[in-house]
Amino acid sequence: MGSVSVNKLHLSFGDVEVLKDLDLNVEQGEFLVLLGSSGCGKSTLLNCIAGLLDITDGQIFIKERNVTWEQPRDRGIGMVFQSYALYPQMTVEGNLAFGLKNAGVPRDEISKRVARAAEILHIGPLLKRKPAQLSGGQRQRVAIGRALVRDVDVFLFDEPLSNLDAKLRAELRVEIKRLHQKLEDTTMIYVTHDQIEAMTLADRIAIMRAGAIQQLGDPHTIYNKPVNKYVAGFVGSPSINFIGGTLEQGSEPVFVAGSTKIGLERYAFSGAGPTQGKATFGIRPEHVFMDKGAEDQPFRAEVEVEVIEPMGADTLVWSRLDGNELRFRVDGQTHVKKGDRRWIGFDPARASIFDGQTEMRL
Amino acid sequence: MANVGAINVTTASVDAAADAMAGPRGARPRRMLSRRNIFLYGALFIAAVYYLLPLYVMVVTSVKGMPEIRLGNIFSPPMEITFEPWVKAWATACTGLNCEGLSRGFWNSVQITVPSVLLSIVIASLNGYALANWRFKGANLFFTILIVGAFIPYQVMIYPIVILLREMGLYGSLTGLVLVHTIFGMPILTLLFRNYFSSVPEELFKAARVDGAGFWGIYFKIMLPMSLPIFVVAMIIQVTGIWNDFLFGVVYARPETYPMTVQLNNIINSTQGVKEYNVNMAATIITGLVPLIVYFASGRLFVRGIAAGAVKG
Repeated sequence: MGSVSVNKLHLSFGDVEVLKDLDLNVEQGEFLVLLGSSGCGKSTLLNCIAGLLDITDGQIFIKERNVTWEQPRDRGIGMVFQSYALYPQMTVEGNLAFGLKNAGVPRDEISKRVARAAEILHIGPLLKRKPAQLSGGQRQRVAIGRALVRDVDVFLFDEPLSNLDAKLRAELRVEIKRLHQKLEDTTMIYVTHDQIEAMTLADRIAIMRAGAIQQLGDPHTIYNKPVNKYVAGFVGSPSINFIGGTLEQGSEPVFVAGSTKIGLERYAFSGAGPTQGKATFGIRPEHVFMDKGAEDQPFRAEVEVEVIEPMGADTLVWSRLDGNELRFRVDGQTHVKKGDRRWIGFDPARASIFDGQTEMRL
Repeated sequence: MANVGAINVTTASVDAAADAMAGPRGARPRRMLSRRNIFLYGALFIAAVYYLLPLYVMVVTSVKGMPEIRLGNIFSPPMEITFEPWVKAWATACTGLNCEGLSRGFWNSVQITVPSVLLSIVIASLNGYALANWRFKGANLFFTILIVGAFIPYQVMIYPIVILLREMGLYGSLTGLVLVHTIFGMPILTLLFRNYFSSVPEELFKAARVDGAGFWGIYFKIMLPMSLPIFVVAMIIQVTGIWNDFLFGVVYARPETYPMTVQLNNIINSTQGVKEYNVNMAATIITGLVPLIVYFASGRLFVRGIAAGAVKG
């Protein structure tokens, strides 16, 4: 059993099921990200682990101790909130010390721990200030510090960077990663809807949808081998191209969409092997190459450029493959313009194919 | 691209640009005596006079002697200023056999108001806090019942409460009156506090719970220090409401426990001899002085507290 274990967790508000038979096991020192769109239950799950919400059924273990009925303060957790949630009438020092005072920690120990947290998070000069006098980034540092001083086993982050501007977000993201490397034994569970945060921070990602975990795995697996169509579409920006068609079996499996035939002899089918019938073919924009890059790809086609979106480092090109929208990424220096006819190519081995009915990966 | 174009303009368009520059520039001039201003300030002035004139008449009359009042011009300033009516209103004006003036009523009112205000605010703020932040089972039902209580007319409850107080042995005592005021203040104050505490971000409350603070810890260390404005609002509502109360005072008190308002009424309505308008005016001003002082002292906080509930943040 790991550091945090959730066993058959069930939560409903009246008739509304928010979390359904949820199992989750987080190893000690692991950084787990709960990723999902809003309303998927990821924050609710975090609140259940923290003890801020009473669950309907199931069990929660932290450090192999059953904490299902324990108060938040007895669970050995620290929590960081999206709105920082600093106590406005207290100084930074007061904010950091509040939890320790409540726990009855002696005064000299409090000041020692506050000083250490302040040093780790570079907020030493701010200790005497009130939260209103701090910038957003500084506030969130203090909020992290509040969890840090309490020497907890588990850090819970509830969308901590969502209220910050893009630049600060990137800075603090790295800082959280550094913090995790420094506190090797500390387990971190991090809720976000931002896939960049999820990909960069996580040891493992749990993709949630409608109160259930769709896929739990390391970022590489989630990205390259999404378990179903929802996960494939949710992760990745710009998002994956879906081409609707049918799977046909000849001497080799072939994916057919209109007049396009994609040979799948190199595709690694999972489980029972290739089936037949309706299916969706998914290929990420960065796995589609143009012109020279397309020459040695197993699948090639000629497409017309419809829209281009220059993004600096690269350019996103929108085109159509047999009526299906196909986006792909080319180098930002490449000259492409609307109306061009270009050759593109990709390797079906890097694609993902989903069943037309169950939407599960084939 | 636009900048490049601007540099390459021809002479003709430069002239056109110069013409354009001759037009209005900077802040728009404002006339003090525009029609709008005249109407606005005129209306405000009339409204102000309308409200201030009675006060003026009261103050002026209260410092006149009776002979001067008999001349009949209530607006004329006093020819001879005397504070005798004030002294009489406070200390020696008679109601029936009792000739202690307003002073006795004043101390009764203080003894009623101070405990009622403190007690009702303490209880209502705890009610509001529990209702807003600790959603216990049946919280909504409890709240609904409380609010419905606010809509039942006082008249319906007067007699049952008389019986209730009599049975408790509190009828006619100051304690009984304090109890009545505390209970009647509960619905509106609980609503006030509940709404204010609901506007405090929920995450703050959660953070405090994770930090190990319990029901009382969060109330005293987090909520209370953040809620000064709403406590001031509650205090003002209660002080003025209880101080100005007449109905409960006259029903639930005895002559020796009458609050100031009832005492004032008795002084003014006592029908022996001539009506001493100057004493009556002075007595009225003295009675109204306490709420007035409370408003002046905490008006700014009052406005802040009222507005605080409206805008989240």
